[in-house]
Amino acid sequence: MSTIDRYSGGSDELSAPEELPDRFQNPGLPPHRPRRGDLDPRADKTSERIVLALFGLSTLGTIGFLVAYFALPTGTDAGGIQRSTMTLGLALAFALLGIGTAAIQWAKSIMNDHERVEERHLMESSPAVREGAIANLEAGAADSGLSRRGLLKSAMIGSLALFPLTIVVPLIGNIGGNWNVSTFKHTMWKKGLRLTTDPSGRPIRAADVTIGSVVHVIPDGLDKAANPMDEKAKAIVLLIRLDPRDLHEADDRKGWSYNGIVAYSKVCTHVGCPVALYEQQTHHLLCPCHQSTFDVANGAKVVFGPAKRPLPQLPITVDSEGYLVAQSDFHEPIGPSFWERLR
Amino acid sequence: MTTTSTTTSRRTATRGSQGPAAASADWLDQRTGIAVAVKGLARKIFPDHWSFMLGEVALYSFITLLISGVFLTMFFVPSTNEVTYNGPWTALQGTRMSEAYASTLRLSFEVRGGLLMRQIHHWAALIFMAAIVTHMMRIFFTGAFRKPREINWVIGFTLLVLGMAAGFSGYSLPDDVLSGNGLRIAQGITLAVPIIGTYASYALFGGEFPGTALIPRLFTVHVLLIPGLLLALVGLHLAFVFLHKHTQFPGSGRTNTNVVGYPLFPVYVAKAGGFFFVVFGVIALLGATMQINPVWNYGSYDPSPVSAGAQPDWYMLFLEGALRLMPGQTEVVLGSFTVPLNIIVPAMILPGILLGALALYPFVEAYASGDHREHHLLDRPRNATFRTSFGVSLLTAFFVLVLAGSNDLIATQFHLSINDITWTFRVLLFVAPAIAFLVTKRICLGLQRRDRELVLHGHETGRIVRFASGEYIEVHAPLDEDERWLRVQQEPVRPLQIAPAEDSRGVRRKGYAADRRRQRLSQLFYEDRVEPVTPRELAAAHEHGAHPVLEPAEEAAQISAGVH
Ligand code: HEM
Ligand code: FES
Repeated sequence: MSTIDRYSGGSDELSAPEELPDRFQNPGLPPHRPRRGDLDPRADKTSERIVLALFGLSTLGTIGFLVAYFALPTGTDAGGIQRSTMTLGLALAFALLGIGTAAIQWAKSIMNDHERVEERHLMESSPAVREGAIANLEAGAADSGLSRRGLLKSAMIGSLALFPLTIVVPLIGNIGGNWNVSTFKHTMWKKGLRLTTDPSGRPIRAADVTIGSVVHVIPDGLDKAANPMDEKAKAIVLLIRLDPRDLHEADDRKGWSYNGIVAYSKVCTHVGCPVALYEQQTHHLLCPCHQSTFDVANGAKVVFGPAKRPLPQLPITVDSEGYLVAQSDFHEPIGPSFWERLR
Repeated sequence: MTTTSTTTSRRTATRGSQGPAAASADWLDQRTGIAVAVKGLARKIFPDHWSFMLGEVALYSFITLLISGVFLTMFFVPSTNEVTYNGPWTALQGTRMSEAYASTLRLSFEVRGGLLMRQIHHWAALIFMAAIVTHMMRIFFTGAFRKPREINWVIGFTLLVLGMAAGFSGYSLPDDVLSGNGLRIAQGITLAVPIIGTYASYALFGGEFPGTALIPRLFTVHVLLIPGLLLALVGLHLAFVFLHKHTQFPGSGRTNTNVVGYPLFPVYVAKAGGFFFVVFGVIALLGATMQINPVWNYGSYDPSPVSAGAQPDWYMLFLEGALRLMPGQTEVVLGSFTVPLNIIVPAMILPGILLGALALYPFVEAYASGDHREHHLLDRPRNATFRTSFGVSLLTAFFVLVLAGSNDLIATQFHLSINDITWTFRVLLFVAPAIAFLVTKRICLGLQRRDRELVLHGHETGRIVRFASGEYIEVHAPLDEDERWLRVQQEPVRPLQIAPAEDSRGVRRKGYAADRRRQRLSQLFYEDRVEPVTPRELAAAHEHGAHPVLEPAEEAAQISAGVH
C-alpha cells in the first residue's frame, strides 16, 4: 500500500524557536480526595447504618411478598388482578431495591476508594510466540501428510461439504407442509356460496342491507372447512351498500354488484391487515395498519398510502330466496403482492 | 524425597487449621487450578463512568428476562388447538380460543403472581432493547469500537438483531389479535421477497397463514434458539471486555497504556451486583404498576377483527414507519412477475442500509483514518466531528421512522390530516438527517473552538481591571492543569497523505486511483477539524496576550511543569 502511514513515523523535528514540545504532557493522577467518612468516624458509622437499614428493608419486602402471596387471592376481575399484581410487585421491588441500594451504598461510602492503575499490553502476541504458533501448525500439517496427498484433502472437503444435505434436505422437504403454494391464488368462494355474517354465520338477505351500512362477511360453511382459520384469513369480505348513483363501476364489472351492494376482499393489498375503517361520506376504506385508503365507490382503488392495487372485488348476486351469494371466486389473488401472482 | 514430604506436610496443614471456605477453595483448586484465574482477575481494574452502566443495564435486564421467562414457560402452552374458555375472566367465558391464548389468560388470572411475571417479562424486554441501543450509542459516539474492539462491536450488533428477533417472537406467542396481526404483516413482507416469497411464507408457517405450526415453532425459537445464541454471544462479549480491559475517558493520569479505576473485588462485585438488583427492582416496579399488553382485552387471534391504533413494541416501530411512508406506486410488474418495491424497499433495503451502516462503520472509519494503533482512551464526541455528526444523522433517520410509525396517533392527537403528516415525514426522512449532520458538525466544531479559547485565554472571571493607560480589561483565570489536559489531550486526526500520481521519472504509478478514492473519503471524515492547542501556541498567546491573567508567576510555573 502506497499510503503513507502517519502513525509509524517518528515525531516532527522541533523547529520552534523556544524548545517547547509539540504536545502537552499528561499531568498524572490527581491526588485522592477523602470522603467525609474517611475523616470522620461518625460519618463512617452513619454510612454503615444506612447499609444495614437497606438490607433490612429488603428482608421486609420479601416477608411482605410472602404474606401478600398467601393472603391475597388473585381476583377474577380486572380490579382484583391489578390489586394482587401491584401488591406482590411492590413487595418484590422492595426486596430487590433494598439489596441493590445497600450494596452500592456499601461500595461507595465504605469500601476503599483509592483509584488504582493497571498497565495495558498490546493485544498481539510477541513475534516469538507467533513464530512458534506457525512452526507448530507446520509441524502438524507435515505430520498429517496433507500437503503431499492432494486426493485425500479433496475427499475430506467433499464429504464434509456433502453430509449436511442429510439434515437440510429433510428439513426443506417438510418445513413447508405440502408446499402447494398455488393455494395463495384461490379462496373458498365459489359460485352460489352464500355470504354470511362474521362471526355468527347467518346468511344475509339483500333487502336487509341498508344504504351506507357495512357488513363483515365470511363464506357459508366456514367452520366445516378443513382448516377454518386458513380459509378465513383469505376469504373475509366487506359488504357495503352505496347509493347506486354514487357507484362508478368499470364496464367489465357492471354485473358484479347487486342494487348498489358491493363486496370487496377485506385483506389489504399492502401487507395483509384486515381493512375495515369505513367513512360513509367519502366512501373511503382505511387500513388501520399503514393507512392505505381505498375508494369503495370507485372499484376500491387506492387513493392514498403504501398499497398499490385495489382491493379485489367479489362478484355477487342473490339466490332464489333473496340471499346474497357469490358468482364465483375472486378473479385475482387476494392480499399482499407476491412474485408469481399474475402467473 | 522432597515431593513426598511437601505433599505430606500440606496435607497435615489442610487438616488442622482451615475453615470450611478455605477448605472448599483448596478442594476446588486442587481439581481446577482456579487460583490462577482468581489471582489474575480478583483485583482487575475497571474504570468508572455513568455511561459504562448502560451495557450493565442490558445484561441485567437480560438476566431478568431469563428468570421471568423460565417462570412463564412452566405455564404457557404453545399450541393453537382450539379450546372453550371457562376460566374466571367473564368477558370471554364460553368463547373458543387457542390453547396458547387460554394459557396466557390462565397465567394472568389464575397463576398467583403470574401477571406480575408476564408484565416483568415484557417490561424487561423493552428495557433490554432500550439499553442495547443506548449502550451502542455510547460505544459509537466515544469511538470505543476502534481497534482492538471491532470484533466486539460486531458481536454487539448481532446481539441487537437477536434482541429484536427475541422480542418479536415473544410478542407473537400469546396468540391474541394484536400479535396475530403482527404475524400477518410479517407474512405479507415475506411474500414480497422476489422469486422465493411464497415458498418462504410456506416454510415459515408450515403451510398457509396462520396454520397451526407457527406458535410451537416460535416458542422453540423464543425460549431455546435465541436465548441460547444470546447467552453464548453475551458470554463472548464479556470475555472480550475482560481480555481487552475496559476503555476509559481521557483525563489526568489516564493514558492509552493504562487503566485507572477500582478493583473488581470488592468494589465492582458490590457495585455491579447491587446494580443488578436495582435494575431488576426497577423492572419489578414497572411490572407492578404499569399495565402492559393486557391480552384479555384483545381476544384470541382471528384474521378478521381490526385494531386501530395498535402499535408494535417500540424497537419495531421504525420498520412500521418505513412501511407507512413508502408510496404504493412503486410496486412494479416485470414481464409477468410482480416486484412489490413498496414493501421491498422499506422492509428490506432500508433496514439493510441503516443496520449495515451501523455494523460496518468501524471498518469504514479505520479505512478512512489509516490508523492501525490500538485505542483504549475514548474520544470526547465533539473531537470526532464526522463520526458524531454521522451518528446523529443516522439516529435522526431512525427517529423520523419511529414517528412515522405512530403517524395515526399523531394525527388523532393533533387533529392533523394523515396525508399531510405522511408527506411531511417523507420529506423529513431525507432532509432531517442532512440537517442533523450539518448542525451537529457546527456544534462539534464550535465546542472544539471553545475548548481552544479556554485553554489559550482561561476562564472569564467577570472582574474588570483598569490599566495605567486607562484601558479596561477583564481578568481571565488560567485553567488548572487537569482542566487543560482534558482539552488538549486529543491527537488530531488529519486526512491521509498519499504518494503523488507520478514518480520522479513521470511514470504514472499503479494504484493511484484507489489511493485517491481513499484520500477523498479521508478528507470527508477529517478535513474540517480544530486542532488542540500546543504548548507553543499557549506560550505565544501569553506573550502577546490581550488578557491579563491572575498570578502570572504561578501560571508560568504550571506551564513549565506541564511540558518538561
Ligand atoms: C432474550 C430476550 C427476550 C425477549 C426480548 C423476550 C420478549 C418477550 C415478549 C415481548 C413476550 C410477550 C409477553 C407478553 O406480553 O405476554 C414474551 C413472551 C414469552 N417469553 Fe420471552 N423474551 C426473552 C427471553 C425469554 C426466555 C429466555 C424465555 C424462557 C426461557 C422466555 C419465555 C417466554 C414465554 C413462555 C412467553 C409467553 C408467555 C406469555 O406471553 O404470557 N422469554 N417474551
Ligand atoms: S396492511 Fe394495509 S396499509 Fe399496510
